Amino acid sequence: MNGVLDVALRLLVVFVVFLTFPLIVGQTEHKVMAHMQGRLGPMYAGGFHGWAQLIADGVKFAQKEDVVPAGADRRVFQLAPAVALLPYLLVLLAIPIGPSEGAVGQVLDAGVFFVLAVMGVGVLGSLMAGWASANKFSLLGGLRTAAQLLAYELPMLLAAASVAMAAGTVSLPGILHAFHWWWVPWQIVGAVVFFVAGLAELQRPPFDMPVADSEIIFGAYTEYTGLRFALFLLAEYAGIVVLCGLTTVLFLGGWHGPWGHDGLGWLWTLLKTAILAFLVIWLRVTYPRLREDQLQKLSWTLLVPLSLAQIALTGIVKVVIS
Amino acid sequence: MAPIPGSGLAKGLAVTLRTMTRKTVTEQYPDAQPELPPRTRGVIGLFEENCTVCMLCARECPDWCIYIDSHKETVPPAAPGGRERSRNVLDRFAIDFSLCMYCGICIEVCPFDALFWSPEFEYAETDIRDLTHERDKLREWMWTVPAPPALDPAAEEPKEIAAARKTAEKLAAAQAEQHEPQEGAS
Repeated sequence: MNGVLDVALRLLVVFVVFLTFPLIVGQTEHKVMAHMQGRLGPMYAGGFHGWAQLIADGVKFAQKEDVVPAGADRRVFQLAPAVALLPYLLVLLAIPIGPSEGAVGQVLDAGVFFVLAVMGVGVLGSLMAGWASANKFSLLGGLRTAAQLLAYELPMLLAAASVAMAAGTVSLPGILHAFHWWWVPWQIVGAVVFFVAGLAELQRPPFDMPVADSEIIFGAYTEYTGLRFALFLLAEYAGIVVLCGLTTVLFLGGWHGPWGHDGLGWLWTLLKTAILAFLVIWLRVTYPRLREDQLQKLSWTLLVPLSLAQIALTGIVKVVIS
Repeated sequence: MAPIPGSGLAKGLAVTLRTMTRKTVTEQYPDAQPELPPRTRGVIGLFEENCTVCMLCARECPDWCIYIDSHKETVPPAAPGGRERSRNVLDRFAIDFSLCMYCGICIEVCPFDALFWSPEFEYAETDIRDLTHERDKLREWMWTVPAPPALDPAAEEPKEIAAARKTAEKLAAAQAEQHEPQEGAS
């Protein structure tokens, strides 16, 4: 009985985090982006500085008609948003936020593998949407998504592999237990590669070629309306939370901080995640979209060699210190 | 020297971050009135007393959006035995602001300064026909017209004032002349 309660409680907490954190990131994006552009952003919804804007948006989306195009592959079309969103929920389950046993949804021995494999599934949602919509813009968006996934999954995996090598384990809490502060400068190249590749995988600007609205309307999501469209948007923001959380855990030492080791570790994780989320928004506001060929070039000629160099460096240092 | 690679990217980040720390330029209009320049072309006000129904504004209007109706009245002679004079009386003066393109030609062309720009701009209507505003409304806007800008310090004296001053001086001189001979006699 106690075990069941424990599992239920953990699932509930992870679910609540999954529902609230993306909204917080989304609201922060509204406000930060607005101020970076010299605007105010939402000011009305909820009364105080538009804090309820995303709730209002959700209500609006829920009221809209759910249209499935006549030529669409109905079943696949309707399933795609769930496929895009659910993997992030599963990944969230495996991210530890504190050192204790209770601070992670589920301890997995093959944490890094699980996390990266499941995150890759999320992109499948866009592919399904692009194919099933029976729309040429959607198809183009889907193919661009596929090309982007192929290009950026590799450097992401290599960068994560470097950390796993350094820690000698693929378990996420295991990596954090082995963490020392000097890992940050040691793995900094890997961290940058991982973060950039993760951004590209989420199709966040400046890597939003698959949804480039000035060229292909909204890529794979062109035909979506109402709640299903909202789910795709939610998946993007859940992806930001997951990516920032993962970068924190793998490269920035998660719960480790200059002080407050006991009991306050989770605060460090959240703080680092929040700073990274701000960085994601900041990059989005600052940089224009990369062209499709630039996108591929960045991955194959810069990120992949850099991550390989990082692995070599990790190996050398590892051998020297052991 | 070639710039450091990536310095442009850093510069971009600096620009957005700096903008975030500065005051925003958003005007929260319905909650706060905008600060308009004093000579804003918001709406056209009519000063009826100056209007002689010469119809110049209606004829010059490129959009033909000014409607004027009038009739003639005879005025009794000013001096006994004189001729009766006729005078135009304004019956209707309306501007259709759904047609008006705010060129300001009517105001420029008015020879008697009966039309003025007012900075008032909140006169949206839910029906396009309600945008034809009649003389009472145009008169109300007249009171929102700001005072004309001050003249240049080195500018010539305005004609009206110069004429008035000359008249006053002549009158004063004539009075002084009347006084002087009396003083000389006594």
